[in-house]
Amino acid sequence: MQQLVNAASGEIVLALAQIVIENRAYLSEIDGKIGDGDHGVNMAKGFGLAADRIKGHTLTLAEAFDTLGTVLMTEIGGSMGPLYGVMFTNFAEVIDKAEAIDASAFGAMLRKGIEGIQSIGSAEVGDKTLLDTLVPAVDAFEAACAARRPFSEALDQLCAAAEAGRDSTKDMVAKIGRASRLGERSRGVLDAGATSCALILTTLAHNVQRRLQ
Amino acid sequence: MQRFINDPDEVVEDTVKGFVKAHADLVRRAENPRVIVARQAPVKGKVGVITGGGSGHEPAFIGYTGVNMLDAVAVGELFSSPTAKSFLDAAREANGGRGVVCLYGNYAGDNMNVKMAIKLAAKEGIEIATVVANDDVCSAGPLERAKRRGVAGEIFMWKCGAAKAAQGASLEEVRATAQKAIDNCRSVGVGLGPCTLPAVGHPNFVIEPGTMEVGIGHHGEPGVRVEPLKSAKEIAADMAATVLDDHALPPGTEVAVLLSGLGATPLDELYILNDTMAEAIEARGLKIYRTYVGNYFTSLEMVGATLTVLALDDELKQLLDVEVHCPAMR
Repeated sequence: MQQLVNAASGEIVLALAQIVIENRAYLSEIDGKIGDGDHGVNMAKGFGLAADRIKGHTLTLAEAFDTLGTVLMTEIGGSMGPLYGVMFTNFAEVIDKAEAIDASAFGAMLRKGIEGIQSIGSAEVGDKTLLDTLVPAVDAFEAACAARRPFSEALDQLCAAAEAGRDSTKDMVAKIGRASRLGERSRGVLDAGATSCALILTTLAHNVQRRLQ
Repeated sequence: MQRFINDPDEVVEDTVKGFVKAHADLVRRAENPRVIVARQAPVKGKVGVITGGGSGHEPAFIGYTGVNMLDAVAVGELFSSPTAKSFLDAAREANGGRGVVCLYGNYAGDNMNVKMAIKLAAKEGIEIATVVANDDVCSAGPLERAKRRGVAGEIFMWKCGAAKAAQGASLEEVRATAQKAIDNCRSVGVGLGPCTLPAVGHPNFVIEPGTMEVGIGHHGEPGVRVEPLKSAKEIAADMAATVLDDHALPPGTEVAVLLSGLGATPLDELYILNDTMAEAIEARGLKIYRTYVGNYFTSLEMVGATLTVLALDDELKQLLDVEVHCPAMR
């Protein structure tokens, strides 16, 4: 059975930080079309701060997720700070004690992330938010696991669903957050949160795949 | 447009530094640089009263920190909610041992960060009660009041809640009074010109020359209609009607009126509006107990104004009369 060793997997979070920082301008540009244009800046700031604290330490994936989540939650503010903050701290909570993370633990971790977001936000799938990426991605991962597909293949399903979910936001009208005030005018552009969520999930999945034993 | 700024990314930091220097007799900066605290806070045995919100609305929110007003304020980036940590630190600074009430506006980011701060505070034994302001009439229909945004009515909510706390009331009593104050408030905004976040560099929405946007929000949220610019008389009558139609107050009710500029409207124009507004309010048989005209709750350099009408009862009247010492209000 494929699994990921928790110890020393904290480096995965550095890869997440790198992809977010590389996409700083792109994410802000998307956000600027229907939001206030600061998504990339805020995300890069938060992930960069977390990366600075993780670098040079050998951390478990759980410890690195906890550092990232805590930084986002306590130092970023706005809406994205708490939403991603609670997602990553909830991830950390589920895998905290595990030496190795199998597909079932990974699925439970992702599910707990969704629960965290839904416990503080009021968005639902279809509202043009990061949940439109996250929820179908986690559903697809769980479905692949239920069909007894290997961990690695389930991660492929996760990536495909995350990207499809991100793209689905293009034709949606925002129902929550600042973009919702634009009504119909919010149609035709990707949601910035859904876009950053797809980047994070696919990067996470690819890095986990490389480390599966 | 020409502006007095240094680094666009340091606007909030520079604002807070200058603010604290100007009002050192009333406020101080907490260890968390994004929290402003009243000099006397925390007051032992008093319910702490806090708020927080994005910057760019000065004198809100920080200007209402003081004696018989807010004990601490969490400061966000421009038009962006403060962090959960800043709300938590504001609660810590304000906590006199009888709990803390957080009186803030209905925005997605603020709702989330306050919710998380409540959880974090509970872990260290600080109870935070909340009241969420939703006085902006045009932001959702009368059947969806819970969805409405909070605007300048927040000032009356702070004033009445803080005065109640100063009189030694319990956490639940302070919360209930602040809730009553905001329930009794209705507000409307009219925008004549947009505003620009310095780091973005271009206006975040457009108001075509010769037009105005009725029902506009505090961050340029779209209003209910765009119309050709009318005379001050017509605009004032329309604003008063929007607020009072929603309010449906019985004749004889005493009210407090707050007319705030949005940042780039001169005071003389606010007084011109007030002339007609006062007539329109009295024409409905209402009695104006007190009027506030000025830049009480702004939106960077937006051109425009908001009208807030607070329906008074004996308790709210008496709380409104309690003397305050804070930078933004006498």
